[in-house]
Amino acid sequence: MTDIAVVQPAIKPGEQPDSEPRGYWRTVGDRLLHDRVTLGVAAVLLVIISLAAFAPWAATHDPLQGSVIRRLKPVGTPGYFLGTDETGRDIWSRLVYGGRLSLVCGITPVLLATMIGGMLGLLAGVGGRLLNTLIMRVVDVFYAFPSVLLAIAICGVIGAGIGNTILSLTVVFIAPIVRVTESLTTQIKTRDFVEAARASAAPLFAIIRHQILPSVLGGILVYATSLVSISIILSAGLSFLGLGVTPPNPEWGLMLNALRQSIFVNPIVAALPGVAIVITSLCFNLLSDGLRSAMDIKLQT
Amino acid sequence: MTDRALSGGNARDRGGPAQPLLLVRELKKHFPGKGRWLGRREMVQAVDGVSFSLAKGTTLGVVGESGCGKSTTARLLLYLIKPDAGEVIFDGEAVGVPQGLTIRELRVQMQMVFQDSYSSLNPRATIADIVAFGPRTAKHLRRQPARERAERLLEQVGLRPSFFARRYPHELSGGQRQRVNIARALALQPRLLILDEAVSALDKSVEAQILNLLADLRRDLDLTYIFISHDLNVVRHVSDRVVVMYLGRIVEAGSVEDIFRRARHPYTQALLRAMPSMDPDRRTAAPPLIGDPPNPINPPSGCRFRTRCAFAEEVCAQVSPRLDPIDRQHEVACHMMESGAGHSRSHIAAGADG
Repeated sequence: MTDIAVVQPAIKPGEQPDSEPRGYWRTVGDRLLHDRVTLGVAAVLLVIISLAAFAPWAATHDPLQGSVIRRLKPVGTPGYFLGTDETGRDIWSRLVYGGRLSLVCGITPVLLATMIGGMLGLLAGVGGRLLNTLIMRVVDVFYAFPSVLLAIAICGVIGAGIGNTILSLTVVFIAPIVRVTESLTTQIKTRDFVEAARASAAPLFAIIRHQILPSVLGGILVYATSLVSISIILSAGLSFLGLGVTPPNPEWGLMLNALRQSIFVNPIVAALPGVAIVITSLCFNLLSDGLRSAMDIKLQT
Repeated sequence: MTDRALSGGNARDRGGPAQPLLLVRELKKHFPGKGRWLGRREMVQAVDGVSFSLAKGTTLGVVGESGCGKSTTARLLLYLIKPDAGEVIFDGEAVGVPQGLTIRELRVQMQMVFQDSYSSLNPRATIADIVAFGPRTAKHLRRQPARERAERLLEQVGLRPSFFARRYPHELSGGQRQRVNIARALALQPRLLILDEAVSALDKSVEAQILNLLADLRRDLDLTYIFISHDLNVVRHVSDRVVVMYLGRIVEAGSVEDIFRRARHPYTQALLRAMPSMDPDRRTAAPPLIGDPPNPINPPSGCRFRTRCAFAEEVCAQVSPRLDPIDRQHEVACHMMESGAGHSRSHIAAGADG
C-alpha cells in the first residue's frame, strides 16, 4: 500500500478542548437541569408528594370528622378554604390525606410493573424465537381481558385491601409494558451498533446494559408514566366497588365518587378530587416528556 | 505513532509465518426465504462453499456485485451469523470446536469495521465510551485504564481525544465517525481486521485519508486485512490478493496482478471492463454485462454465471466448475480453464496456459 497524497485535516485549529469527559447519563442529567418546564413540573410533583407525606401537619382538620351543620360549604368558607363534602368533612384535609393512598396506588403498581414487565420484554426481545413466543403469547392472554375487568377479577379472587389492589394493578400493567419493551428491543437489536458490540466479544449482559437498555429506556419510561394516571383512576374504581380502599378512608377516587351526587349542589367542590388527579397525572406526563427529550441527545435544547 | 505495546507485536503469533492467519473451508450459509405455505421452504443460498486462505500481514480484497455474499461472508467469519457448514481456522486453531478457539476468543483477535459509520455507533454513547466498551466488557478493564486506552486509540486514528472523547456520534462527520469505528475495532488489539465496505460511503478525499490511515495501522500494528469492496480501483490499490465472488461462490482468486492483468474468468473480465477509467480513450460506452445477477433462491444449475456468460455451453449448465489453480497462486472456477472439462474452448485455455 502506497500512500495517497492528501491534505491532512482531522483537527481544525481553534477547537476548544473539553473539560472532564462525561458519560451518557451525566449528559442527560445536565440537559434535564436546563429544562425549565420539566423542573417546574418536578417541583409541583414534589409539593404534592410532600403534602401527602406530611399530611398530619398540612391538614387543617381531621379528615374523618364530619358535621351535619356545615355540609357542602362552598370554596372559600372561613376555616374550610376548599369547602366541605356531603358529610361536612374538610375537603383540603381529605385531599391531603387522600393523596397518600392515591399516590401509593398510582405509582407503586406502575413501578413494579415497569420492573417486571421491562425485564420480561427485554428477555423476549433478545431471547430466541421460542422464548419470545412463550412470553408474548402469555401476554396476549392478559391482553384479551379489558384492564378494569382483569383488575376486578384478580381483586375479587384474592380479596379486598390496598396490598391486593396494588398487586392486581401490577398484573394488569405488566402486559402492555412487556409489549412496548419487546417491540422497542427488537427494533434496536438489529441495528449495526448492537452487532458491532456482539462482534467485540462482549457478554450478552453487557450488551443489554450498555447498548440496548439506554436506547429503549426512554420509550418505556414515557409509556410507564402515562400509566400512572390510569392507575390512580383504576384504583379509585376498585375502591368504588369495595375492592380497594374502604370508606370513610380518604382517597381521591373514592371522594370523586361520593361527591358525584352533590354535583348540582356544589359543582366546584365536587370537582376538586378530579382536579387533584388531573394535576398529578399531567405532571407525570410532562415529566416523562421532559425525560424523553433529555434522553434524545440529538435534539439541541 | 508506532505503538508496539498496543499491537502485541509478534508475541501472539502461534503458527509461525508460514501458517495462514485465516483458513476458510467450504463456508456455507443458506437463509430461509419466504416459505411457501405447506411447501418446501425456499433457501437463499447467500454463501455457498467459500474457501480461501489469508497469509499473515497481507490484505485480501473481496470484490463482487452487491448481493454476491461479501458481507454475509464477513459476518460468518466473525460468527455473527452461524454458518450452516464449513470450517474457520484461525492461525492453526479451528474455531467453535472442542479444544479449538472459542467464538469469543476469535472475536478478540478478529474485528470488523462496518460500512455504515453512523448506525454502527451507539447514538447514546460518547465516543470514548464506544471505544472503551470492548476493553471494559470483554477484557474487564476498569473504567480509568479503559478510558486511557480509548484515548490512546483515538489519538492513533487521528482524533484528538481532548476534543472528541466526550462527543456523540451525531456531532461527527462521516470520516471522523469511520475513524471512531476503526479505533473501536482496534480496541481489543485484534490481529485481523475485516473492513466491510469501510470506505465506500465516504467521499473520495476522505476515503483517501482513511486508506492512508489503514495502511499506517497495518504497518504499525502488524495487522492483516480482509478488504471488502465493490470499488475495484480501491481494491487494486490496497490488496495483495483478491478474490472475486459471484452469487455466493468464489469464481476467481489470485494476486492483484493475476486478477487485474491476467483475469481468466469471464465474470472478472467483465467486471474489469466495467471499471471506470481516467483515460478518455479507454472509456467504454457498452455495458460489459447485461441484466442483474440471478435470484440466489434459485441459482442456475452448474456454473452460476452461465446465464450471463458469452461462452456458456451445454457443460456449464450440467457441471459446477471447481476452483482450480491454473498458476501457482491463481485459481479460476471456469470450464474453459479446465482441460478435458468438455467445453469447446477448454483446449485453447489449456494450450495457452502451458
